[in-house]
Amino acid sequence: MLEVSDLSISFNQYISGLKQQELNVISSLDVSLNKGEILAVVGASGSGKSLLAHAILGILPSNANMSGSIKYQGEQLTKKRQAKLRGKEIALIPQSVNFLDPLMHVGKQVEASVNRGNPENIRKEIFARLHLDEEVNKMYPHQLSGGMARRVLLATAIASDAELIIADEPTPGLDPTVIEEALKSFRELADNGHTVMFITHDIESALTIADKIAVFYAGTTVEVASTKDFSGKGETLRHPYSKALWRALPQNDFTPIAGSQPYPDELSTGCLYAPRCELSTAECFKIQPVMRELREGMVRCIHAT
Amino acid sequence: MRRFGRFILFKGIKMATLLVAISFISFLLMKNSPIDPVQAYIGADMLNVSPEQREEIAEYWGLNDPFMVQFSNWSTSVLSGDLGTSMIYRIPVSEVIGERFTNSIILMLVAWSLSGIIGFVLGVVSAMKKGTWLDRLIQWYCYTLASTPTFWMGLLMLIVFSVWLGWFPIGLGVPAGVLTEDVTLSSRIQHLILPALTLSIIGVSNVALHTREKLVDVLESDYILFAKARGESGFLLFWRHGLRNIALPAITLQFAGFSELFGGAVLAEQVFSYPGLGQATVDAGIKGDVPLLLGIVIFSTIFVFAGNLIADLIYYIVDPRMKEKRGT
Repeated sequence: MLEVSDLSISFNQYISGLKQQELNVISSLDVSLNKGEILAVVGASGSGKSLLAHAILGILPSNANMSGSIKYQGEQLTKKRQAKLRGKEIALIPQSVNFLDPLMHVGKQVEASVNRGNPENIRKEIFARLHLDEEVNKMYPHQLSGGMARRVLLATAIASDAELIIADEPTPGLDPTVIEEALKSFRELADNGHTVMFITHDIESALTIADKIAVFYAGTTVEVASTKDFSGKGETLRHPYSKALWRALPQNDFTPIAGSQPYPDELSTGCLYAPRCELSTAECFKIQPVMRELREGMVRCIHAT
Repeated sequence: MRRFGRFILFKGIKMATLLVAISFISFLLMKNSPIDPVQAYIGADMLNVSPEQREEIAEYWGLNDPFMVQFSNWSTSVLSGDLGTSMIYRIPVSEVIGERFTNSIILMLVAWSLSGIIGFVLGVVSAMKKGTWLDRLIQWYCYTLASTPTFWMGLLMLIVFSVWLGWFPIGLGVPAGVLTEDVTLSSRIQHLILPALTLSIIGVSNVALHTREKLVDVLESDYILFAKARGESGFLLFWRHGLRNIALPAITLQFAGFSELFGGAVLAEQVFSYPGLGQATVDAGIKGDVPLLLGIVIFSTIFVFAGNLIADLIYYIVDPRMKEKRGT
């Protein structure tokens, strides 16, 4: 369905005066999605997850440079094709209510997303399905509560009836019951044949609905694992970072990972995780490992077994 | 609705205090200016007036009373609707203002609408084409205009269009030597074009630059990004999400710009000898016509305040976010 390979995104940044610096925010990223599947992209904030979503939709800012390939249904996603598919076959669920036009009724904005059928009927039906009162229709974005805003954003994607739905951090700041409800709607979407890319930093909620998890670190994927690999002490996980991430959860060992994720301007040429890794050797610092298959998953580590 | 009542009440109080303060300060300034009201009133006949007679006039007018007594005398009659008699025109101040303002309002209205529409369009084009030569040209034009004094622009227009090309009359509101009842509408319009154009050309830059800035912000906003992600683009995108979000600030700015409009009109009318309120202001100041000047000060204060009030009202009524956020 969707195949992203060797994707790199960089920005030109002025450091002092006219001196420019190229900032690598995403480097050699690989990720792929099959039809009807939910892939959770999990990583800390600042790891470039949102940019991945924007790159797939072709709405990166103009000062961004992109290389690598994105294929949708086996065919290269060119700029022209992206413009054609945006909102029709590929839909985005954005991060916050700020992505809604502040001076437009939210109902109108949902109806504007409809591609097939009568917009008003479809909007009404979706509102009912998501437990949004009919009066929300005539509300402005600033009048929505956090939970309502999430559901309205979700409604825009459902209204578009797109094949591929990219949800960018759809759950933070919600109370557990609302989160559960939101997650359930994603599962429903997938069960109805839609494909969902679920971008989040919340590994726990990701595990409840996803089929596969891609672990993101400093702008690249370090591991793609099936959901069931996240169990026990994380023995079946492949990459040291995924293992450490799993063990850092409160219900597991609750052991923090020493150090912090590097900023895009201080990336090393070797393995990006090497400075914090227990297994790192001199070789790790030389070149960045390539993504390889291992036990029905993918890993970017030379020591993984 | 109660909130709206409070809003109006609050604005009313604000306006009353503003008027009192402005009147007081203007009165104080006039009192301490070197203009002698008696001399200003009598004018050239001053030589025929003896110091004793002069003293009597001053006594009769109450010029020897303490400042506060004079101010309260003046404000009492103003409150009862009497602005006094203009010394240079020898008719009630309210009549002068009424007549002059009718001339000015046409001039200002034309200039105001023209500058608003042209400025808005230029700003939109500039922002949509941000970074291109067109954008740079418009910006350059606006910055040049913004730093151009109105009177200089007026002179330039006169030289080019009236003196060199002879398309328009040189100054005045109606042709000289023609009876009032014989003046045609087309001749009035001909006299209006140059001053109105001067005023609007100057006013364009403000709206254009502001609109450009605002639209650039809007285009970089998250909701435009999301609209693009939903497949909207080009004109539809601008129409649905751009226009609505920049029209309000632009309209508000236009109404809040009444003060600059009035200030510009004073200069433009002077250059074109256009018989409007602006010219009367300058005359009153130079010839020491205290009642007229004070009357105009009060009137223009109300005019500018009304502009700002309308701007606030539009925001209050149109922007859904304002209704809840604002108590006052």
